Amino acid sequence: MVDISTNTGGIHSPNPFWLASAPPSNTGDQVQRAFDAGWGGAVWKTLGTPIVNVSSRYGAIHHFDRRIIGLNNIELITDRPLEVNFKEIYETKKKYPKHAVIASLMVETKEEWQDIIKRSIDAGADGLELNFGCPHGMCERGMGSAVGQEPAVNEEITSWAKEYSTVPVLVKLTPNVGDIVPHGLASQRGGADGVSLINTIKSIISVDIDRMVPEPRVGDRATNGGYCGPAVRPIALHMCAALARDPRFQLPISGIGGVGTWRDAVEFFLLGASTVQVCTAVMHHGFRIVEDMIEGLETYMEDKGLATMPDLIGKAIPHYTAWGDLDLNYKVVAKIDEDSCIGCQKCYVACYDGSHQCIHLREGAVRLDPVTAAKLKARDHMGVDWEARIPFVDEQECVGCNLCQMVCPVPNCVTMVEVDKDESKPLLTYKDFQRQEAERKAARKG
Amino acid sequence: MASTLAGFDGPHPDLPADRAETKFDDGKPRYSRAQAMAEAARCLYCYDAPCIEACPTSINIPEFIRKIATDNVKGSARTIFDSNILGMSCARVCPVEVLCVGQCVYNHEDIPPVQIGRLQRYSTDTAYDKGWSLYEPGPDSGKTVALVGAGPASLACAHELRKEGHKTVLLEKRSLPGGLNTTGVAPYKMIADASLAEVAWIVDSMGVEVQTGVEVGKDVSWEKLLADHDAVFVGVGLGPDSSLGVPGEDLGGVFGGVEIIERWKNGGDPATSGVTHAAVVGGGNTALDVVRELLVLGIPCVTMIYRRNEASMTGYEHEWDYAKKGGAGASWHSQPVAYVGEGGKVTGVECHAMEIDPDDPKGRKLRRKGDHSFVVPAELVVVAAGQGKLSGLLEGMPGVDLDWGRIVVDDDGRTSNPKIFAGGDVANGGKEVVNAAAEGKRAAQAIHAALSQ
Ligand SMILES: Cc1cc2nc3c(=O)[nH]c(=O)nc-3n(C[C@H](O)[C@H](O)[C@H](O)COP(=O)(O)OP(=O)(O)OC[C@H]3O[C@@H](n4cnc5c(N)ncnc54)[C@H](O)[C@@H]3O)c2cc1C
Ligand SMILES: Cc1cc2nc3c(=O)[nH]c(=O)nc-3n(C[C@H](O)[C@H](O)[C@H](O)COP(=O)(O)O)c2cc1C
Ligand code: SF4
Ligand code: SF4
Ligand code: SF4
Repeated sequence: MVDISTNTGGIHSPNPFWLASAPPSNTGDQVQRAFDAGWGGAVWKTLGTPIVNVSSRYGAIHHFDRRIIGLNNIELITDRPLEVNFKEIYETKKKYPKHAVIASLMVETKEEWQDIIKRSIDAGADGLELNFGCPHGMCERGMGSAVGQEPAVNEEITSWAKEYSTVPVLVKLTPNVGDIVPHGLASQRGGADGVSLINTIKSIISVDIDRMVPEPRVGDRATNGGYCGPAVRPIALHMCAALARDPRFQLPISGIGGVGTWRDAVEFFLLGASTVQVCTAVMHHGFRIVEDMIEGLETYMEDKGLATMPDLIGKAIPHYTAWGDLDLNYKVVAKIDEDSCIGCQKCYVACYDGSHQCIHLREGAVRLDPVTAAKLKARDHMGVDWEARIPFVDEQECVGCNLCQMVCPVPNCVTMVEVDKDESKPLLTYKDFQRQEAERKAARKG
Repeated sequence: MASTLAGFDGPHPDLPADRAETKFDDGKPRYSRAQAMAEAARCLYCYDAPCIEACPTSINIPEFIRKIATDNVKGSARTIFDSNILGMSCARVCPVEVLCVGQCVYNHEDIPPVQIGRLQRYSTDTAYDKGWSLYEPGPDSGKTVALVGAGPASLACAHELRKEGHKTVLLEKRSLPGGLNTTGVAPYKMIADASLAEVAWIVDSMGVEVQTGVEVGKDVSWEKLLADHDAVFVGVGLGPDSSLGVPGEDLGGVFGGVEIIERWKNGGDPATSGVTHAAVVGGGNTALDVVRELLVLGIPCVTMIYRRNEASMTGYEHEWDYAKKGGAGASWHSQPVAYVGEGGKVTGVECHAMEIDPDDPKGRKLRRKGDHSFVVPAELVVVAAGQGKLSGLLEGMPGVDLDWGRIVVDDDGRTSNPKIFAGGDVANGGKEVVNAAAEGKRAAQAIHAALSQ
């Protein structure tokens, strides 16, 4: 049996799946139902001086029939009185002592930070998360991402929080920066026990092209909002890994951004996160998704022979290097499995028009317009040599880019196979190559 | 990967290799991984999904399908088996068109509904292939329960009781366990090998004792069972085929529906050699199964004889559509009155033409149309007019109320005798395997509650 309990900067939880600070963690009732469904922790919807929200608030992008691959919102922090939130945190903690409840906080002055931290800890919070990430509304008031984008301010406020807090402090970072590392280091200098990332990305999700107003629309106006959901995961994974592989950065990471399945979570763990937080996927499907996340993670760890979370966390980090450290002598080419190929020729057109023109059609394989093709098919494939529709790869020309493999609709039909394992050619990185070039030049001069 | 279960990926050693059943193709073959992923991706993961409501065992369908889509196949199988331990056979034999699939929301958009049964088969077959053992017996409770009949109802009941640690003994009068899953369901849905593999999967992992060749009421009395056990579950199903009680029944070539299917499934003379015309009497699902099976066995001319018309058939419409496509004919409004024959062998079924009695206010009653009679030629006649009741056996149970040969039970399978519980066909009068599985499980929960008092 594997053990998926975790510790992120001193905050313990029975499993690594937390609700992100967002609408799903808005109330005690929701958080308690989430815990019943299996969530290991919850970062409460950000607390601060209550605000007023607008209507409408969300926008989304869809991919054909698949809904919400990206979500954007213009909501602010909690719109409920602080006393009510603290009372519910207290009740939740009493009922669920083993689950992690983290208070997400965002206020302005040092006095306000001192006050809200004390009240959070009195209510029983296991940890704090400083929201330095909100990219709309709050930043215009000098909070949220306005803090997260200034390392000096980040460090200072973090150190205030550490001064007042008796429980672990996480800093939630904004992705709206060029390089995440200085911001992680600023939190570390401020004394943070860990960081959470990413918050949402500054965005305009869509435009109502009839009204000619961006969305989400508030009457005849709209504003930029924060972008999240499956589509942001690659950005979040990179920022997580960028910190995890920097030798100066030593803090645990709570990974956020586009997590919806156990696989997504495993990717974050392999890149250094010790917990993941989820918002959009819960807004889309409900708390119930955690059952599959827990089970999928446990099965994966069993299959890989990993007993505890530390056995998993960061396992992909040693393999993440700079471009200049990649091996120029490593070569793969595409191979098409003729038995499973269905002759759709998507790989052909992708390589021909969109890559390096190294997939070819056989003689007899005519490129038919859809109408003729349908007619021929109706006549029992007459006239078409279906075998001949299977394209082939010119392996000498193939640059091993993966494009054909990605467009092929049949799983494992196109595989990328390593070639030329030429023992006389050892690992050669671009950095080595440059050094060799420099030596050659020097030799010629000398 | 080879299955660890005999019969699941090859012939079962307890079954003759040359039986007629092996000639049948798998009607809905197992999905490949790619097919399963593609189909699973179509599921909308509905909340409070109507498909769940339509499954008698309430499998959490959107959840198990989502798990296929995330490649968590083991979790998917567990979700299925948690609700229905007979999930493997149900995936094959359930009439999904009128159950889960019939309620898929896509039906409302005229988009083909999600193929839930086939996805269920993908997950459960994978579990069998890989020999995943997902459950273990609970700690010994010191209580013991006898289960009469080793069909779906008793198997589901025994599994649930073992989870609670009660000792379970299955008593089966036949030589093979599995009930109608082994002897009755159409081979293009499931062959007997898979049914026996399912029994083994359940009883081996849960430590259920199985005694075959033991007929309760004959080899062992109800009184003895009640004395030796803390509770008794009755899952004996229905009785043998009903007959029409018309002259000529003892002619060679006249069979009952369940009787002849059992030969095809478990071995014995299939009784089809030299037959060019076959007649099947009845309009229910067993009749439809027999019609389709005769067509596959190569009988050129198969006629269904039914006393009402096509619209009044009790068998599923989708099954009759298949049969028609396969070339079956029908003689509607025809009432068999005698089997005719030559030299001791049947040659046809003599029928009276029928019509709706115009005087019947409900428009249901039939009467003979004129005095015309005709003969449907047939060298093989299969009477699928329903299964009889096991009244003799059931009347022997002390203090159990019966209603027309059916055991009277409450929603949780309790009979009027507090030590006796029942489920499956014997209590519901004849439904589906999935109903038997649901009722067996519910009865187990009631038995556990009674034994825990
Ligand atoms: C021809 C046919 C086709 C069918 N096809 C389908 C289908 O495609 N899909 C579907 O879902 N359902 C189908 N059904 C219905 C389904 O098979 C039954 O609803 C289901 O098997 C009922 O399960 P059970 O456990 O109640 O009884 P059974 O499956 O009938 O099992 C009862 C068992 O008890 C044993 N028994 C009886 N008396 C005694 C005794 N005195 N002592 C010991 N053992 C005894 C019997 O030998 C038998 O093994 C079909 C039924 C028939 C007849
Ligand atoms: C409607 C909405 C409101 C949010 N409110 C907050 C908030 O109050 N505090 C905060 O730290 N993050 C907030 N977030 C950001 C999420 O916590 C999370 O960082 C982000 O959505 C990325 O995760 P996801 O891809 O799982 O949604 C909000 C996100 C959404 C969609
Ligand atoms: S189809 Fe109906 S129930 Fe489903 S999301 Fe749309 S409005 Fe809601
Ligand atoms: S058990 Fe039968 S009815 Fe229930 S989901 Fe599976 S196939 Fe559908
Ligand atoms: S109704 Fe159809 S789409 Fe909805 S959950 Fe069930 S199978 Fe999926």
